[in-house]
Amino acid sequence: MRPKLIEWAKAALLEVQEYVRLIGLCGRALVTRPMYPRDIVEQFEAVGIGSLTVVLLTGMFTGMVLALNSGFTLDQFGARSMIGRLVSASMVRELGPVLTGLMVAGRVGSGIAAELGSMTVTDQIAALRALGTDPIRKLVLPRILAGLLMVPLLTVLSSGIGMVGGWIVTVLQFHVAGTVYWNSVVAGLYMQDVWMGLIKPFFLGFTIVSIGCHVGMRTRGGTQGVGRATTNAVVASSVAVIAVDFLVTKLLIVVMY
Amino acid sequence: MATHTAPRSRLLDEALAHGGPIVVFDRVNLSFDEKVILRDVSFTLQTGHTKIFLGASGAGKSTILRLMLGLLKPDSGVIFVNGERVDNMTEEQLMVVRADLGMVFQEGALFDSLSVRENVGYKLFEELQWPMDKANARVAEVLGFIGLGEFIDRQPSELSGGQRRRVAIARAMAAKPRILLYDEPTTGLDPITSITVDEEIIKLRDIENVSSVLVTHQLRDAFYVAEHTARRHGQQLTFEKAAPDKASEAEFIMLKDGRIAFEGNAQELRAVAEKDPYIEAFLS
Repeated sequence: MRPKLIEWAKAALLEVQEYVRLIGLCGRALVTRPMYPRDIVEQFEAVGIGSLTVVLLTGMFTGMVLALNSGFTLDQFGARSMIGRLVSASMVRELGPVLTGLMVAGRVGSGIAAELGSMTVTDQIAALRALGTDPIRKLVLPRILAGLLMVPLLTVLSSGIGMVGGWIVTVLQFHVAGTVYWNSVVAGLYMQDVWMGLIKPFFLGFTIVSIGCHVGMRTRGGTQGVGRATTNAVVASSVAVIAVDFLVTKLLIVVMY
Repeated sequence: MATHTAPRSRLLDEALAHGGPIVVFDRVNLSFDEKVILRDVSFTLQTGHTKIFLGASGAGKSTILRLMLGLLKPDSGVIFVNGERVDNMTEEQLMVVRADLGMVFQEGALFDSLSVRENVGYKLFEELQWPMDKANARVAEVLGFIGLGEFIDRQPSELSGGQRRRVAIARAMAAKPRILLYDEPTTGLDPITSITVDEEIIKLRDIENVSSVLVTHQLRDAFYVAEHTARRHGQQLTFEKAAPDKASEAEFIMLKDGRIAFEGNAQELRAVAEKDPYIEAFLS
């Protein structure tokens, strides 16, 4: 039992060490040449445009269900006009960033792990190195930059469309005037909430993509290994999204509130 | 995996002399955890010659190619490639050495998302930043050289196994390297296609004067590459049996449990096989 535990601890430490090393190499690649601008643009499109539909749908339905649930509760106190406050605060502070993060983890994190994983097991990464290309610069850095910058943008859109979803339900189901809803939305938001909704996705985007890249680049064991890597990437990045969300929220509350 | 420097040997001094060997391994050792992969491996590849590595699966053949490229680092020993010591280089320094090396991976390792043209010209477009028309002309030239000119716009998934290997050879030779490394280039191919791939290797060696390192366990291909030569008669290219002095430029190394069990030319290998049961079993 004990040797197994030691082996597990060693393997876990090795993973952490390799992850930190990967991040260090990315940091170095960011400030030195060569860069691959075409790959960066391609990844911005793959992560940003590619995830748009799923993120918008998630945001829209989340806003709608939030309005629906909170509407019935608030109705009992004659406070239908407050639905907008609940929707905006929930979407901007918490649900927008986390649900976008989870959706991107499922779509982008798994895709990155599968793509880099199959490149690793079919020697394409070794071929890149043999052809004089640093795979960190060519494959990892563009993806991390895309995650870092696109997830905040997607989050803003998700939160925005969530509020639109809430508006539709509030107007059609609860017959509250649109202006009342939007006034309530604005009244429910403080500047700190907006900052929180904008800062958190940077951390989440970075976490999701860096985990996907790390898992993909360390894939072993043929096609079976690629399947395992994909599952691991989704599980690890989904859990990391929730954990990082908690830690960053705690930190921002201490700093801003 | 720490790199230790051993005292410089005669072999190494020879390597550093003008016109000396293009690849030198000097007492190279490598193990992964408890498993020893290479033990005290030393050899020299002369410019324009061919080194053929034979051995059972897991004998350490492909590892030697990866060590030459700097994809792996030895535990101890010294490796010189093109006059540069590669065993203690950083990844950035290795990029310079790799500029003069081409590698053909076991299954081709073509980039799935790129067309044949983009695969073959990858190094020219991405790393060497050649002007587009010059790079395209070179891609067309190498694809013509290996007889796959009409496949330029295909995707790798649309190619047969043999075509993929030949495109991999074209990709490796596009930037005109002085050394080409072949990792099991004919494994899994039918005999006719294997001969086509073998002839590409011979052509590159004899027409383009590229030094080659061939790793294989396909004996028929190993002997074919060692004992044939390519000759140009005007526009016509022919493959014929090599004269003994030419054939001796291809040297075999047989690896057994990470050690060199035999080193010599094709004729010597056949002679030794009569006395050594392991080599005999391998050749039979």
